[in-house]
Amino acid sequence: MHHAGRIHSLETFGTVDGPGIRFVLFMQGCALQCAYCHNPDSWDTKGGRLMTVGEVLDEIEPYVPFYKRSGGGITVTGGEPTLQAPFVAELFEQCKERWGLHTALDSSGFCDPHHTERLLAATDLVLLDLKMIDRAGHEHLTTQPNDRILAFARHLSDAGVPMWIRRVLVPGWTDGMTELLALGEFIGGLRGVDKVEVLPYHRMGVYKWGQLGRAYRLEGVAEPSQAEVDRAYRLIGQGRRTAEVEAAIANL
Amino acid sequence: MSILNKTIGESAGRLDAWRGLEGGVWQTAVDVNDFLGLNLTPYTGAAAFLAEPTEATRQLWSQVLALMKQERENGGVLDVDTETVSTITSHGAGYIDEALEKIVGLQTDAPLKRSIQPFGGIRMAQDACEAYGYKLPDEMVRTFTDIRKTHNQGVFDAYTAEMRLARKAAIITGLPDAYGRGRIIGDYRRAALYGVDRLIAAKQTDLTALEKDVMGEDVIRLREEVSEQIRALGELKAMAAAYGYDISGPATNAREAVQWLYFAYLAAIKEQNGAAMSLGRVSSFLDIYIERDLREGTLNEEQAQELIDHLVMKLRLVKFLRTPDYNELFSGDPTWVTESIGGMGKDGRTRVTKNSFRFLHTLYNLGPAPEPNLTVLWSTELPEGFKDYCAKVSVDTSSIQYENDDLMRPIYGDDYGIACCVSAMRIGQQMQFFGARANLAKALLYAINGGKDEKLGVQVGPELAPLTGEYLDYGQVMERYDEVLEWLSKLYVNTLNVIHYMHDKYSYERIEMALHDTEILRTMATGIAGLSVVADSLSAIKYAKVKPIRNEKGLAVDFEIEGDYPQFGNNDSRVDDMAVDLTDAFISKLRKRETYRGSMPTLSVLTITSNVVYGKKTGSTPDGRKAGEPFAPGANPMHGRDRKGALASLSSVAKLPYYNCLDGISNTFSIIPKALGREERTRVGNLVSLLDGYADKGGHHLNINVFNREQLLDAMEHPEQYPQLTIRVSGYAVNFIKLTREQQLDVINRTFHGTI
Repeated sequence: MHHAGRIHSLETFGTVDGPGIRFVLFMQGCALQCAYCHNPDSWDTKGGRLMTVGEVLDEIEPYVPFYKRSGGGITVTGGEPTLQAPFVAELFEQCKERWGLHTALDSSGFCDPHHTERLLAATDLVLLDLKMIDRAGHEHLTTQPNDRILAFARHLSDAGVPMWIRRVLVPGWTDGMTELLALGEFIGGLRGVDKVEVLPYHRMGVYKWGQLGRAYRLEGVAEPSQAEVDRAYRLIGQGRRTAEVEAAIANL
Repeated sequence: MSILNKTIGESAGRLDAWRGLEGGVWQTAVDVNDFLGLNLTPYTGAAAFLAEPTEATRQLWSQVLALMKQERENGGVLDVDTETVSTITSHGAGYIDEALEKIVGLQTDAPLKRSIQPFGGIRMAQDACEAYGYKLPDEMVRTFTDIRKTHNQGVFDAYTAEMRLARKAAIITGLPDAYGRGRIIGDYRRAALYGVDRLIAAKQTDLTALEKDVMGEDVIRLREEVSEQIRALGELKAMAAAYGYDISGPATNAREAVQWLYFAYLAAIKEQNGAAMSLGRVSSFLDIYIERDLREGTLNEEQAQELIDHLVMKLRLVKFLRTPDYNELFSGDPTWVTESIGGMGKDGRTRVTKNSFRFLHTLYNLGPAPEPNLTVLWSTELPEGFKDYCAKVSVDTSSIQYENDDLMRPIYGDDYGIACCVSAMRIGQQMQFFGARANLAKALLYAINGGKDEKLGVQVGPELAPLTGEYLDYGQVMERYDEVLEWLSKLYVNTLNVIHYMHDKYSYERIEMALHDTEILRTMATGIAGLSVVADSLSAIKYAKVKPIRNEKGLAVDFEIEGDYPQFGNNDSRVDDMAVDLTDAFISKLRKRETYRGSMPTLSVLTITSNVVYGKKTGSTPDGRKAGEPFAPGANPMHGRDRKGALASLSSVAKLPYYNCLDGISNTFSIIPKALGREERTRVGNLVSLLDGYADKGGHHLNINVFNREQLLDAMEHPEQYPQLTIRVSGYAVNFIKLTREQQLDVINRTFHGTI
């Protein structure tokens, strides 16, 4: 009944991971090792500290009025939260039961749908990171192929779970024209995508790689300019429209 | 032009001035709040009606900017009139560009030319002159040394040896014993509503009522004061006459109302260089006149905004001559021309008017600025349109602060204002004796070191046996700390009694007090610095193991901490309650003391920028803070120790009970723009929710800064590119580039919420 979760950290005032003001819980442990990760200290599945669902709820309770008033809620991110799906599921269920809070799951999608059935039932929004559509590129960037991720996205689409699709824009890595058009086309084939967000790559977590004694693979990569971000939005939009037109033609 | 103005003034009869206004008690007694309640037009709409600056405003402001640039390039002071002692009537008319100015009046005969105000202390004036390359005439120095005594001299005549030592050790600092105490708000609106003659008549009635059977010391003092007030009101009229205005009668239109009110304020700043010279709560009062002119078709929105832009321009030009020492404590040349905006009425209607918006809009028309110190009285009941506009202005300019109207209104009613940073007072009915602050972190070290100062190495506090164990024992420390606080509270109040006795005697605020009721409430406004340092220190002693490192004299000069301990700023009641208990203990001790003029002791948790200097003067503390490192400002948690995000941090501070700290609890909140949300609309919505939530939790005050750290670093390197970059520090705002380098670094090193 009372699961314990491995927690990396928490933030009481999150505003960029879902609508409104949100309680953001960072879970410990991740199967991917993305080159641009700003929280590499959250990868180790044996790190962090154990907290029960009740303990996390106690941390949320004082701020519920802020979350409700702003149209916010709770976001669980990581690390990869689906690695601890039963814990997160119970947490979401309790947040809904006690306070009617909006729940968001920020995931890489690197998981099997049948492991997340109960979790998704208690999730109002999935923030899905589609790091790369190109399979080889994805593996190079994250150390894992993307088949499970794309399958998970289609599963969410079929199950009618609302999604925000996100793409971290790393110049020279994830911003190729073909790649962005392909991303748009993939999104165009999904239902329930309420928002697409292009997140410019930033270097604020670089120091953590040094602290962990890991080599940083993106040394020398610059943060993208606003023009590059705008271009990415344009190309993704173009891809989505292509997919929509193709779908319309197929349905004729 | 001056002849024309006179004609308007003279032909304006009393009935004419009050045409179209709802009559009431205010017509027979001096009662501005009654007038407000009957005549205010609440505005619940959005900001779309606001107007751009006029051509005259643009031209005038570019001239002011050029002057301010010259002032900076000249080392911080543009010019000083060393020949004239500043009084209400000391200088003739002064203008920026007379043809363009809708509202006139300067402190001297030229903009940014500073005046000599020696009544608080001649040394301060002398030192300030010398620091900027000027010299006071010998004759003036002799006058204020040998012939006319100053406040400063009076204080030092009466200070005890213990008081001098406490001052030197900086266990009590920032005391207004060498300069004007300030934090008194004249009800400048009275000049506009009634005209000066009516105010003189009311004071004369009060003076007659003070012909008592027994002429005791209190009655004699008050009779002298009221006589001085009447004299000052006469001088106010003379000062206005030098600009061609007759203000003996009430203002007849919006432009006159702004002008009369500003003249009254100008008289105050010519007479006093008080630490904080706040304006009060004038925006919605002036709105009544603007609304009438709009109705009558004699004014349009552009002209209404122009009046406010020109008034605010004048308020941005307010300057005092201060020493570099003073600047180190209160950096950036602040004057605390605080204007309180918004709030709710006791009748449930909002006190927000269109003119509340116009005041905030000056931050766009003239660009961001630290003065006037725009203070929004926030209520969860405020109209949504106004809330949104405030949040937008904060995100864009970082120039406004918020104080909880829902917390203050039940105590002060609906016509109070903020003096300085966080000190609420009923306008025209209440004043305070400003008491700076006591260093409670140093007091804790006294408890550990047997009353010896850790920096000076001498006995300053009470002689207690020093704690000698290997580890600090919580029970023992608390017992000693209680004794030190008992001693400190007594010494502190006695010191303030001396200061304010002398200030009343040698540097009485004649015109400001003329714009008060004769019978008023006085508070003794004490303050504390180092609250979060002490709370964390006590928590470390209780929940971890703290080992003092002692020097050859046996004084603890450093501490080793073994283990973790709960820290203030994480909404953890184990330590937050310690902070609450500390305010409780200290105010309880202060309340037992006998205070000058029967004033009511109050307490603030506010440091302004002095947290840096306090830190410098305080040894290492048991929380792990090293000797010389800054304290957190005001009631803020220590830098980097609030690890659960903004809401946890705000919740810890909101626990400090306002009834213990009626002089205000300052909290400064800095966040990077991205951390408020990705889109502008979201940022505004989130900030409104944050402010509503904080008000709901009983938080008192919040400074909002929305910045990227990189921008501040760049401003340090290229100050010339950021002349108007404004940031909020504990209780006020400053031009970032005017801070000392140490203070700039302190601001940059503080917690910026949202950095990953």
